Amino acid sequence: MAAPASLRRVGEACFELDVGYRPGMRVPVRVFGSEKLVGEMDDQVFVQASNVATLPGIVEASFAMPDAHWGYGFPIGGVAAMDVETGVISPGGIGFDINCGMRLVRTSLQHAEVAPRLRELVDALAERVPAGVGARGFLRLDETEFAEVMRDGAQWAVRRGFGTPDDLARTESEGRFPDADPDAVSPAAIERGLAQVGTLGSGNHYLEIQIAHPEGIADPALARTFGIDQPDQVMVMFHCGSRGFGHQVATDFLHLFLRLMPTRFGLPVIDRELACAPFASDEGRRYYAAMCCAANMSFANRQVILHRIREVFADVFGRDAGELGIRSIYDVAHNTAKRERHRVGGVERELLVHRKGATRAFPPGHPELPPEYRETGQPVIIGGSMETGSWLLAGVASGAASFWSTAHGSGRTMSRTRARKLVRGRALQDQLAERGILVRAASMAGLAEEAGFAYKDVDEVAAATELAGLSRRVAHLVPIGNVKG
Amino acid sequence: MTAHFEFVEGATSDLAFVAHAPTLDDLFAAASEALLAASVENPDAVASSEQQTLALEEPDLELLLLRFLNELVFLRDARGLLLRARHVRVSAGSPAHLEASLEGEPLDPGRHVLAADVKAATAHGLRVEREGEGFRASVTLDV
Repeated sequence: MAAPASLRRVGEACFELDVGYRPGMRVPVRVFGSEKLVGEMDDQVFVQASNVATLPGIVEASFAMPDAHWGYGFPIGGVAAMDVETGVISPGGIGFDINCGMRLVRTSLQHAEVAPRLRELVDALAERVPAGVGARGFLRLDETEFAEVMRDGAQWAVRRGFGTPDDLARTESEGRFPDADPDAVSPAAIERGLAQVGTLGSGNHYLEIQIAHPEGIADPALARTFGIDQPDQVMVMFHCGSRGFGHQVATDFLHLFLRLMPTRFGLPVIDRELACAPFASDEGRRYYAAMCCAANMSFANRQVILHRIREVFADVFGRDAGELGIRSIYDVAHNTAKRERHRVGGVERELLVHRKGATRAFPPGHPELPPEYRETGQPVIIGGSMETGSWLLAGVASGAASFWSTAHGSGRTMSRTRARKLVRGRALQDQLAERGILVRAASMAGLAEEAGFAYKDVDEVAAATELAGLSRRVAHLVPIGNVKG
Repeated sequence: MTAHFEFVEGATSDLAFVAHAPTLDDLFAAASEALLAASVENPDAVASSEQQTLALEEPDLELLLLRFLNELVFLRDARGLLLRARHVRVSAGSPAHLEASLEGEPLDPGRHVLAADVKAATAHGLRVEREGEGFRASVTLDV
């Protein structure tokens, strides 16, 4: 657990490893974070980020966000932009849970109105949004309709009546990556995904009822514009992705790339989890098209879950979801690769930006933002542990330094195995209940793995992104109810 | 040496195991037992009402083990089947081959105590190596 001696400070919250740090590096490693967070990062962050720096076509630097920690191939919290002509695409640079992401939803309810119904609300959410091992959604899709999910993402969901056009405007890329091609996806992946739309999943995925207390508002004007406009306002946040479907897509292509790297691609295998293909190759393009399908399935998944949340609130409070002021603030991915245009050395270029456990954070004025957020910058959602709360932030102009990327969560500090040894799920559930946080978990062992002490301090991470100029804090959100996968 | 496995402390967000066996055939079977034990807390309660066969080819033994475990992950997640390998025949070489007969039953939350939701076997730290007179495999599961 120590940063390399050659890591040097190049900014208030920015550190760098030169290209000479390891043989083969094409660009430096740039790590964002406070001295404390960077000092506490596990050493694999630096090893993995420097491995990423050797990949063909990487531009500017191999970045690590303030919440970076060990991952498969890339560190989680890793960002790498590749030239689209000479660069590679890597499943390990995207994450196996493709388009794992966050959605934050506002309500017009206040804490006092929800407190007496909290148990009923959490139980209903746990029932209507299936979570845990083998969870199956209420939708039974056939392959024809699943192809629409893969092509159209959240736009399919809204067409089916699960949401509104306003939800799409408040979703990254309007809930649809346009380069999706269902023909690039294996029959196995499709079979795995058919019953998974509308499910939360397991591991660190959750659905939370949160409160925006007045003392947690860091930027009142931005908070109001985003929809936080009452004291002790009730919010709903959830974290999930493309379930087994995305995993199968990533696994299929990892196996394919590992077979082709030493032969057809002539690429060295530094770490098998860093398997990759030239983006311009047929296989690279096919993975990108399949990855976009998984990203779209994930957008559809979160859109369907939002629909279920609206139904549950309407049932529990006996009022229409519109009357309850339920509106999506934003839905943002943190495991993707996207073709984007960025200025590098004064020249605009098309790049393939890998963000793995990193959130896109467009600044005020960015042309791809919806009118609602053109002046504020893009909402950014950083999920913390169920004990420490989460943050709503916004993109800022100085975020150009990381290709408009910021942190995504608080990052683990210990293994799941160790967390389970330190606390039992039932005891943790009781402790949380004493602190006013009602938890429904699909698995008690899984709950123990997600204990707050297994994660970094989310407040420190959010503050570090601000210090590093990647995003700015808007509001701290505190959990009162949690459905855990 | 009899075939066996143990879970070991892995990296931060995963579950890792090491399997040991006198032969490669038994090693792959032991790895399938480890995967089953990661998925349910009472693997002994998994009956043998379903049978399937599997034939795979990969460039080397390690990728073959990875593919084998990922096929089992797929069968559990897509088809709800809890399976273990009853017989495995592994041919080392380049490429390496495997033929396996699998047995198990559909997942039943009433009888099977679900443990980790294994999403994939990973290539991280993946090793198949000689150990004394037998073999040893190290595998990390993404959960």
